Amino acid sequence: MIANLPNYIFFFLAFIAIFFAIMVITAKNPIHSCLYLVLTMFAIAANYVLLNAQFLAIVQMIVYAGAIMVLFLFTVMLLNLNADSEPVKSNLMKFAGVIVGGTLLLLFTAALRKSIGDAEPVMNSIPMQIPNHSNVGLIQNLGWVLFKDYVFPFEAISILILSAMIGAVVLGKKEKVQLSTND
Amino acid sequence: MLVEKLIIISCVIGASLGIAMYSTLLERKLAAWLQDRIGPNRAGPGGMLQPLADGVKLFFKEEFIPANANKFLFIMGPSIAMLLACMGGAVIPWGNTLEIAGRTVSLQIANVNIGVLYMFGVVSLGAYGIMIGGWSSNNKYSLMGAIRAASQIISYELAMGLSLIALIMLNGSMSLNDIVAHQINGHWNVIYQPLGFLIFLVCAFAETNRAPFDLPECETELIGGYHTEYGSMKLGFYLFAEYVNMFISSALMSTLFFGGYDIPFVSLFGLSHNLETILGTVFLFAKIGGFIFLFMWVRWTLPRFRYDQLMNLGWKMLIPLALLNLIITAVVGLLIK
Repeated sequence: MIANLPNYIFFFLAFIAIFFAIMVITAKNPIHSCLYLVLTMFAIAANYVLLNAQFLAIVQMIVYAGAIMVLFLFTVMLLNLNADSEPVKSNLMKFAGVIVGGTLLLLFTAALRKSIGDAEPVMNSIPMQIPNHSNVGLIQNLGWVLFKDYVFPFEAISILILSAMIGAVVLGKKEKVQLSTND
Repeated sequence: MLVEKLIIISCVIGASLGIAMYSTLLERKLAAWLQDRIGPNRAGPGGMLQPLADGVKLFFKEEFIPANANKFLFIMGPSIAMLLACMGGAVIPWGNTLEIAGRTVSLQIANVNIGVLYMFGVVSLGAYGIMIGGWSSNNKYSLMGAIRAASQIISYELAMGLSLIALIMLNGSMSLNDIVAHQINGHWNVIYQPLGFLIFLVCAFAETNRAPFDLPECETELIGGYHTEYGSMKLGFYLFAEYVNMFISSALMSTLFFGGYDIPFVSLFGLSHNLETILGTVFLFAKIGGFIFLFMWVRWTLPRFRYDQLMNLGWKMLIPLALLNLIITAVVGLLIK
């Protein structure tokens, strides 16, 4: 019973995460959707704690639940979307949506199936660097792995994010110039 | 073990609420003093029972929910605000260890190795209480207040986080307990990180929505801001959460920058361990009291910022300064090493 406790907690959290994820797409009100998404994020963060990855869990909470979802809420509130002002989607749009969603599901399933075999050697290689298995997710170990083994991908991703940020700024500026010429 | 933790948890929650309660009286007394008035002096000797009277008044007022408000979220708003305000005290070390009957009792609820990030997470979630309350009231002034609060909290979180990174680099740990241990005997972080402390202080004012950054509840533009539609104890929770937040951020500033429970050179007197711990806790609360006084002093001294000034200060002044502080800390740290 006690040995199985993490399993039960996992199933409980997974149920919550999936339940709220379904609520996100079925809720009529966009603000409610956003709030359900926040709850989904929390359930996922709790799963990270279960895996002993406290740093990931707290970052999930700060970045996704604390910052990104607040921005989402902020935008939705500003746009003042209502259930009745939502445009009716044509059948073609729905069909395209089904295809895109199905392809994404296929991709995720494929990635997951492939990673089941791959995860084992990775998990086995970790104890070579870190003596205590339960400390894998702690911040020191994460730092070692990120800045030693994966320093190039890490830096590449940061440049990618920087370019996206600059792109957003440029796009935002362009609109402003157009507005002033219209005046 | 569990009993010890339960006692400490009830003490911390009780202290947070009690101090927040008397902060409201202190705020009014201080305002009166700064404006050359007397202040509340009717309830009890010198007005000492005023917070109780206020609380009773708020509880006995009519529970009112506006007709077009979203009922569930309308109640959730102040609940979330209060819950998050009380969660902050969990990782702050309120004192060193006590030795009772051969057992060592730590005066900290949870010594997690990511204490700083936990505090940061609690602060960043604080926006939800205000946003949900403001939106569910179905009132444009409330909504404007909520949107202002959200953008303010997000903007100042960045500078706050950057100033914290420099602090973590200096101390080499994210556990608040380790950060205090690193500052023992007067090596307070404020000496090594004066700029970081100033940035953190300004951000703390903005994150707790205190004047001069209290734009979410700017009366002259927004009536009451996000709590315009609130009444009775639901309004009381919003106002109370602000005072609890003020207490927790004062405690955090004392812990991060002013040595926490450390009293410089106390080891020279050769006091017993328990006495030293108790004195340290008293000293920590004195530091917290000093910060609470500063919060109120600033409120009754400085006028409110304009909204664009607030955003300019956050994005164009504090973030570059925090980045500069970060780079200087990194370079000096490397050179000394």
